[in-house]
Amino acid sequence: MSWLIDSLTSSLGRKVLMALTGLFLILFLAVHLSGNLQLLKGDEGRQFNIYAEFMTSNPLIKVISIGNFFFILLHIVTSVILNRRNKKARPVGYAVSPTQSTWASRNMGVLGFLILIFLIIHLKGFWYEMKFGSVETTDYDAKDLYAVVKAAYSQLWYVAIYVVSMAVLAFHLSHGFQSAFQTFGLNHIKYSPIIKFVGAAFAIVVPALFALIPIWMFLNS
Amino acid sequence: MNLTLKVWRQKNASDKGGFETYNVSDISPDMSFLEMFDVLNEQLVREGKDPVHFDHDCREGICGMCSMYINGKPHGPKDAITTCQLHMRSFNDGDTITVEPWRAAPFPIIKDLVTDRSSFDRIIQAGGYISVNTGGVPDANEIPIPKKVADEAMDAATCIGCGACVAACKNASAMLFVSAKVSQLALLPQGQVEKKSRVENMVAQMDDEGFGACTNTGACSAVCPKEISLTNIARLNREYFAAKSSSDNV
Repeated sequence: MSWLIDSLTSSLGRKVLMALTGLFLILFLAVHLSGNLQLLKGDEGRQFNIYAEFMTSNPLIKVISIGNFFFILLHIVTSVILNRRNKKARPVGYAVSPTQSTWASRNMGVLGFLILIFLIIHLKGFWYEMKFGSVETTDYDAKDLYAVVKAAYSQLWYVAIYVVSMAVLAFHLSHGFQSAFQTFGLNHIKYSPIIKFVGAAFAIVVPALFALIPIWMFLNS
Repeated sequence: MNLTLKVWRQKNASDKGGFETYNVSDISPDMSFLEMFDVLNEQLVREGKDPVHFDHDCREGICGMCSMYINGKPHGPKDAITTCQLHMRSFNDGDTITVEPWRAAPFPIIKDLVTDRSSFDRIIQAGGYISVNTGGVPDANEIPIPKKVADEAMDAATCIGCGACVAACKNASAMLFVSAKVSQLALLPQGQVEKKSRVENMVAQMDDEGFGACTNTGACSAVCPKEISLTNIARLNREYFAAKSSSDNV
């Protein structure tokens, strides 16, 4: 077993953990977005509420959601360990900072930390409310999460936090997506341009659509 | 050319160190950066001061000794050259140039701009070799190697181990160096025998030396005087996990 622990705790192994958990979270983002876009359907949240009820009661989804929380945690813990190692590798910094790489790639830790703060606000606002708060039940036997979302998104500062956070997420994804494949050793003249294109598109389209939801609901409130 | 130099001065590894500002005048644009430092040092010696210590050897870009971090970039503003190949015509009259040593815990500063890069040697000792029986020279075409593969191996083998990759990396990671040294052997038939233990041992040594992890920023390849490609880092990742999951080393 020691070879397995050695592999996973080596600098390369920890990077693979970052890449694996990162790609899982990217998948989660896509699923989460497809669910959330139902908020814009214009049916006073009926379809969204039924979907939310399903997502919080289906046993299979529950297992996936536990996995999701675990992967978020693993992504954070691994990044903290790597960050400490990286800081130790350069105890004295430069007077003139190097700039031979993209800004996002040099600031993944800071971007990730901002996303974590957003996650806490986001989970407190909706997930916690749905699970432990007092959300009213609709006449079609689903909690009216839509009303909670609508109330939240009628406040300008709340919408602003969401839009800024999605910009942060976009930068995080712009490096993270393609970097994960490089960590897996997938760097090929045929596939790398495709990975870079899909990564860039994902990093723009997904956060933009996420940001559109609060903006849209604010404008229609 | 008249220039202002901000140079890192540090007596020894335990000294805190700091920047000193010097003025040099009548510098020819045809001088190399190191020749400009020779002028500065002659000036300092005449003034009875300690000359600036810096590493250099071949002064033709192949030994990997020169190692100055100039204005925020290892080996200065130009691409694909070492400090010794950098000419003063790359700067303007009146410029202020900041010169720092490589900054990495595994490259402790010996004095001024001189760092101890023997951590790289220990990584090589851990596996950057092949074991062959000595004897007569084998026939040139006895082992067929496709031209493309030979080129790739040769590209990786051009690494001179200067450490610019570590210096430029925000994590002071040695991945580009190690990946080049693993690749040059992993690509060729002669490197197959020790293929698995090589990558396992070299990565373990890299981690032991205290280099940072790779964030795939690409800064290493951007500053590499030999333009070692990031595809080598991908290959290192593949080689490492293939070896870890299939070798007999438990």
